[in-house]
Amino acid sequence: MRRTLDRRVLLVASLAAAFALAQCRAAGPDPAAQARSAAAWATVYEVLQHPRCVNCHPAGDVPLVGEHREVHPQNVQSGGNGMGLFAMACPTCHRDENTPGRHMPPGAPRWHMPPRNTPLVFEGRGARELARQLADPSQNGNLSPQQLLEHVKSDPLVLWGWNPGEGRAPVPVPHRTFVAAFQDWVEGGCRVPE
Amino acid sequence: MITLEVNGRSVVVDVDPGTPLLWVLRENLQLMGTKYGCGAAQCGSCTVHVDGNAVRSCVLPVSAAAGKKVTTIEGLTEPSGAALKQAWIELDVPQCGYCQTGQIMSAAILLRQKRQPSDADIDACMGGNVCRCATYVRIRGAIHRAAALARGGAR
Repeated sequence: MRRTLDRRVLLVASLAAAFALAQCRAAGPDPAAQARSAAAWATVYEVLQHPRCVNCHPAGDVPLVGEHREVHPQNVQSGGNGMGLFAMACPTCHRDENTPGRHMPPGAPRWHMPPRNTPLVFEGRGARELARQLADPSQNGNLSPQQLLEHVKSDPLVLWGWNPGEGRAPVPVPHRTFVAAFQDWVEGGCRVPE
Repeated sequence: MITLEVNGRSVVVDVDPGTPLLWVLRENLQLMGTKYGCGAAQCGSCTVHVDGNAVRSCVLPVSAAAGKKVTTIEGLTEPSGAALKQAWIELDVPQCGYCQTGQIMSAAILLRQKRQPSDADIDACMGGNVCRCATYVRIRGAIHRAAALARGGAR
């Protein structure tokens, strides 16, 4: 009986995941919107590949720093929950705002990395691979396309990319252009570019 | 005027809200155990606890600590703190000693979360505390010793 119940739970979970993906992909039935979605991804991808975004979405457990994506000094590690470890938790040095001056710790509210169970890796991901990953709730922190859009619109940690503090290059694509592109990508069905 | 609780005592300081907590501790409250090292959260010598979490007091404006509980080396009275101080003395850890209060404040966070830390845990916790005399091997030994003392197993 327990096995039957487990199967039912699994079936419901699979259907829910498939439905979420299908909703995302079917959201842009209009071919023009789908074309816009695929085209918009190039702008989104350019932003997501900028060091201000990649550095906290690395391929491993260790955040990166600087324009050349060097490993964070001081043996900093994500710690599983993305908040760092012991006395090296992110807020030990990173406050809710940038510390003034060059080479000072940057800051924004809830400074952290993605948790280990949903690492949302940007580093080294190709355009198609990253689009597929971001559209998949099982890989994006269980976010719907609309929630993703809200995240890039207003999450202070995302907005920090355009206000990174002294000595760091902001993302060169204007935030409003990024949000418009992201909206096109979502409204056209989160298309994975060919 | 900014009110904060330092080592269990409520204090009111009349300073610019942007003044780093470190300067308030040293200049206004005469708590000299916490040291200035780099001023950029890079070396760890200014580490104190705010509401139980490690912070670099050289980059924390005192306004961010308003109404919170600040613990410095002078007020580290928790059992693991006493064990750390004893272990530090037993193993004769300090050389010049400048960084050591920051080292102990970081180690106290570790022992609060891990009763028996591994070498990897110690590395992960202590990577932000630099010692120019390179006493790292003794620091690691003292943390293991303090953990044993705090567990009550070693004498």
